Amino acid sequence: MDGGGGGGGRSREAVAGELERLRAEKKELDLRIRLLESELETCSPAPASSAGENACGAGGACQTRRGFAQDDALPAYMIYRYSRHLLLPDFGVEGQRKLSSSSILVVGAGGLGSPVALYLAASGVGVLGIVDGDDVELNNLHRQIIHQEAYIGRSKVKSAADACRAINSSIKVVEHHHNLKPSNALEVVRKYDIVVDATDNLPTRYMISDCCVLLNKPLISGAALGLEGQLTVYHHNGSACYRCLFPNPPPVAACQRCSDSGVLGVVPGVIGCMQALEAIKVATDVGEPLSGRMLLLDALSARIRIVKIRGSSPVCTICAENSVFTQEDFQKFNYEAFTSSPMSDKSAPSLDLLPESARITCREYKSLVDKGEPHLLLDVRPAHHFQIVSLPRSLNIPLAALEEKLPMLETSLKETAGSSDEQPSLYVVCRRGNDSQSAVQLLREKGFHSAKDIVGGLQCWAQDVNPDFPAY
Amino acid sequence: MHLTLEFGGGLDLLLEKSTKVHQVDVQPKDDEGKATMKGLLSWVKSNLIKERPEMFIKGDSVRPGVLVLINDCDWELCGGLDAELEDKDVVVFISTLHGG
Repeated sequence: MDGGGGGGGRSREAVAGELERLRAEKKELDLRIRLLESELETCSPAPASSAGENACGAGGACQTRRGFAQDDALPAYMIYRYSRHLLLPDFGVEGQRKLSSSSILVVGAGGLGSPVALYLAASGVGVLGIVDGDDVELNNLHRQIIHQEAYIGRSKVKSAADACRAINSSIKVVEHHHNLKPSNALEVVRKYDIVVDATDNLPTRYMISDCCVLLNKPLISGAALGLEGQLTVYHHNGSACYRCLFPNPPPVAACQRCSDSGVLGVVPGVIGCMQALEAIKVATDVGEPLSGRMLLLDALSARIRIVKIRGSSPVCTICAENSVFTQEDFQKFNYEAFTSSPMSDKSAPSLDLLPESARITCREYKSLVDKGEPHLLLDVRPAHHFQIVSLPRSLNIPLAALEEKLPMLETSLKETAGSSDEQPSLYVVCRRGNDSQSAVQLLREKGFHSAKDIVGGLQCWAQDVNPDFPAY
Repeated sequence: MHLTLEFGGGLDLLLEKSTKVHQVDVQPKDDEGKATMKGLLSWVKSNLIKERPEMFIKGDSVRPGVLVLINDCDWELCGGLDAELEDKDVVVFISTLHGG
């Protein structure tokens, strides 16, 4: 019974063929299992937190060991997909294994979160959680590159998760369809190893940092506005937490928002890519993470500065050894009151400076225009706003320059009056109806008693009077 | 002494023509005649800040949310207000960003 080396009566070729068939079947089954697992996550009607529970098991830290052979060699499908990672001597099999076993939570699926989620998914993180309560809007798309036009009006998390699954069906993507709040943050963050702060507002930044300290998670924090970006790793290897650096919140007037000040799309893209990089370094323990240092990007002058920052403060109310701040304190903490800012980039604090008699609505203004009432419309937005779009025959004097340009206003009013003895009415408009109130207050103090503010500004004009007026 | 002063994160908007980088020759003396950050802050406030000084200074220090860096190092690690400056130092004032 030599049989050419074959065993058990079967020919060598038959056994090899059977083996080949079984291996292919196993590969196919593995793929189907992964797809089904990821489908289970998406279609689960249970709150995201319980989906997270399934993703991570009961053991606190999220450690997925799915797909590994017993001897800890990478499964075949991973070797080919991540081969360019595996070829890096500093990263290699060990790096990929750690990455595939780690779970990372990305808070915010916007300008920063888009590249973070895309890169983490593509690189093969084990579990990728995405948190956001917003829907995709058209004016997001210039920077939030994870979203496509077809998803406008739909949930950002759904859109981002679909994009990540389309890139890599072998990872687990967990959707958290709500904004992070003190009441739910601990429960969500607890299930992940690493947190990426890709949010757009101050109170949420304080909250995420406090939460990460309480649960002892490293925090990859990025921010971008205008043409500048900032990046650091908090609460890792003895580095500071957000509160060590900024124990007191800045005044509200210093908190610029992308929806007011603008942002060049690529800038959060650059910072987000670097956040993904730092998250991968922390997850795999490869290289030197940006903890204890901060990266400052000035896109306009193409300058990047990396500076040394203070470590964890011994007197920090949150992360110092003798801190008395508990999880219960956290859940009750009012971050919006602490920072006097809303937990959203969109809701601008609205002023109420004027008596009713000094204001008119957009509809009232429209009807007096239609009647041909002589008047002057003063637009107090910055000049570059005025260039975007403006109402016909309006005069632009930005609020900041109004006081010094009062003589110019005086002249324009006289021209409007023409030969008539009657003083023409003066109406003041801005983007949302805040600056116009400040302007009317100033004008009335300076003797322009007829000045009235148009309530809600151009935003209301577009909503209530002319839906074709371009909003921005 | 010659200093390079840089303003970022929106603080540049408080300065004339929103200029970010300023090459200056100053003798920033504090009450004891030392060239400290305290002396420099009051010099910056009187000579460079053109509007809304409360967006830069609070009390005798910078307002909350502003990081100060002396030669790329957090001033908290160099003595804060008492940090002594030397010729050709680079001092950066940067407001923290929150957008994304």
